[in-house]
Amino acid sequence: MKYLNIKLAMASALAITAGMANAETKDITIGMQLEPPHLDPTGAAAGAIDSVVYANIFEGLTRFDATGAILPALAESWTISDDGLVYTFSLHSGVMFHDGTSMDSEDVKFSLDRARAEDSTNAQKALFEGIDTVEALDPTTVRVTLSAPNGAFLFNMAWGDAVIVASESIDDAKTHPVGTGPFTFTNWVQGDSITISKNADYWGTPARLDGATFKFISDPTAAYAAVMAEDVDAFPNFPAPENLPQFEADSRFNVLVGSTEGETILSTNNKMPPFDNVKVREALAHAIDRQAVIDGAMFGLGTPIGTHFAPHHPDYVDLTGQSNYDPELAKSLLAEAGYPDGFETTLKLPPPPYARRGGEIIAAQLREVGINVEISNLEWAQWLEQVFRGYDFGLTIVSHTEPMDIGIYARPEYYFQYDSAAFQQLMEDLNDATDPDARSVILKSAQRMIADDYVNGYLFQLANPTVANANIVGLWLNAPTQANDLTAVYWND
Amino acid sequence: MLRYSLKRLMSLGLSLLAASAVIFLAIEVVPGDPASYMLGINAQPDTISALREELGLNVSALSRYVTWVTGMLTGDFGTSYTYRTPVVDMIGDRIMISLPLAIYALTLSTLIAFPAGILAASKRGSVTDVSIMGATQLGVAIPNFWFAMLLVVVFSINLRWFSAGGFPGWDEGLFVGLKALTLPAIALALPQASILARVMRSALIDTMNEDFIRTARAKGLTRRQAMWRHALRNAMIPVLTIIGLQFSFLMAGAIIIENVFFLPGLGRLVFQSISQRDLIVVESVVMLLVFAVVLVTFLVDIAYAAVDPRLRGRS
Repeated sequence: MKYLNIKLAMASALAITAGMANAETKDITIGMQLEPPHLDPTGAAAGAIDSVVYANIFEGLTRFDATGAILPALAESWTISDDGLVYTFSLHSGVMFHDGTSMDSEDVKFSLDRARAEDSTNAQKALFEGIDTVEALDPTTVRVTLSAPNGAFLFNMAWGDAVIVASESIDDAKTHPVGTGPFTFTNWVQGDSITISKNADYWGTPARLDGATFKFISDPTAAYAAVMAEDVDAFPNFPAPENLPQFEADSRFNVLVGSTEGETILSTNNKMPPFDNVKVREALAHAIDRQAVIDGAMFGLGTPIGTHFAPHHPDYVDLTGQSNYDPELAKSLLAEAGYPDGFETTLKLPPPPYARRGGEIIAAQLREVGINVEISNLEWAQWLEQVFRGYDFGLTIVSHTEPMDIGIYARPEYYFQYDSAAFQQLMEDLNDATDPDARSVILKSAQRMIADDYVNGYLFQLANPTVANANIVGLWLNAPTQANDLTAVYWND
Repeated sequence: MLRYSLKRLMSLGLSLLAASAVIFLAIEVVPGDPASYMLGINAQPDTISALREELGLNVSALSRYVTWVTGMLTGDFGTSYTYRTPVVDMIGDRIMISLPLAIYALTLSTLIAFPAGILAASKRGSVTDVSIMGATQLGVAIPNFWFAMLLVVVFSINLRWFSAGGFPGWDEGLFVGLKALTLPAIALALPQASILARVMRSALIDTMNEDFIRTARAKGLTRRQAMWRHALRNAMIPVLTIIGLQFSFLMAGAIIIENVFFLPGLGRLVFQSISQRDLIVVESVVMLLVFAVVLVTFLVDIAYAAVDPRLRGRS
């Protein structure tokens, strides 16, 4: 009897604690490897800023959804003139910034004009370049006139760099961001975490979570420990892929492996001999065994690509066969190009593991066909200076994480220095085209053109592995832009 | 004693001035531009130059050095390039973790090392001595980051007594704060305690062989009495030196442990700032650490004089 009583007492105590746990799980703790330098998405390139604020704190005229499609956000609807030059946006009415000031057409005008101003420090200023004028017609109507048609304009307005900010609060946005989103900024313990809470006065569908904490854990082993100890509830872009099987085997966790916008490429200095010879670049492409790189450097995570385009995009063309692994072919191409004994070059690697680990494997593969590479490991700041701005490199490995960035191949001064009039024309055509079918045709031929020219070695699309508590619903699988959109996330009881 | 202190103080000032120049020069030659780093690979050249202007990077190195040094004298360390907050506040936040952690670890290490060292010295050659020395040998050999991970596996992942890392802030209460620092402090203290115990033991044994101990013993003191009354105080000089060095190390060198436990301490701030080319933060933190090392050395010098009157006369 006594024994039974104890058991009953224990059972009810357990029930109470379980009930309490359910009632309390209205918050979420998200692990992030990098801490944002500040919280103004319009003033730096750091993806970590968007990971905290995109869709949660700040919103733009349009936005990306989990699949990368463009949805209306602060703009309820829009009309486009027949010549593709004039966009008239109707804004939602009654939208408030978190500080209680109202969001209207003047704020949109302020935000766009600020981003394209002479002294703007917007890291993606090119997104706004085509804008000729921005006019606030009435509080909920904005007219944007472009100087030339730009089929990607609505896409551009969905970027985190194009969010709508208020003149009243922008000066403090770096440490105290004030937006229109479903969450408000609460606190930042620098070096440790950022907390946001639900915005009770949100204009749209309110968030289901009461709040969220972003916790910064840079070390992969520490990230593993934090998830295992359930200190964090979800860790998107989990930095220790080698531990994923362990989480998969544990019923407490859910492992999601999605895709990102990160085309990981063996960037080639197209102006530097011998890489100015397309035969040499073709040989390079056939010398690389992509799957070995994916398996060795990324623990099998990543989708092989044969061109600079995201495989999950509907317009993607699979061109991996065109640069299949064939070391014998690579050797004969090198001989044809006048390098029967190979040559020596540099391979400069930035810090991420895909580059450092992938670099070792690629160096070994290139050695097989006679290309001797000298590896040097650089920090990001050095990489930007030497490789990106200084053009002082033969080869480098980098993941281009901006969405839909095939347009970089139309910039002859861009660090890999591909200069093709035909491609530049193609991108102009793309800008002029607003019809989705026409755009699709152009995008496909653009992918083929850079694959035919073997501009760079196309390796793989970076994966987005997320480890999360099995009861969390609504996290993004893919990462069409760097974001942790928590608007639809909730706990399954 | 006063003259001795003044002399030490002057050398402290000179060391700091020299250090500031060396630090500034060393960091100036590091390649990489903070503005380019912040704006990333899609930024346009005019955007970068607008940001450089905003950050005050477009002025000469000499004038930046002068601004920096004179600012520091008035307690103004400038504004971080990346975080855009005053460096003083950033350092202040981080010190509130690094300093308590260093003190916590040093306290633990002293509490372990003193009894262990004294016990081993007084029972020299015994089983106790051999096992203590064996244990310290192991303590020195185990890398502290590995030991830290072991602690996390046992106490965070399996037993769930502690969280795997992070720091909730002192606002949550003293106990919560100390609890968050416990595993890191233990991980830091273990190798330090082992070193300190070995030094304590050998210093004590050396002192016990000195003539004045033989005299004390001849006066009729037992070995034990001689040790507690005379030898211990004299053995403190090398021990203090080690404690001083360890404290400086713990302030600046806890970076690996800070990474394992994702603690926002000074070490991680420096590490982060270097990769972001947030040079003003690097300069200021390094300067502060130099100041801490120099200050601790100064205090140790003063402590030497307190335990050993001969040193006062020599100056």
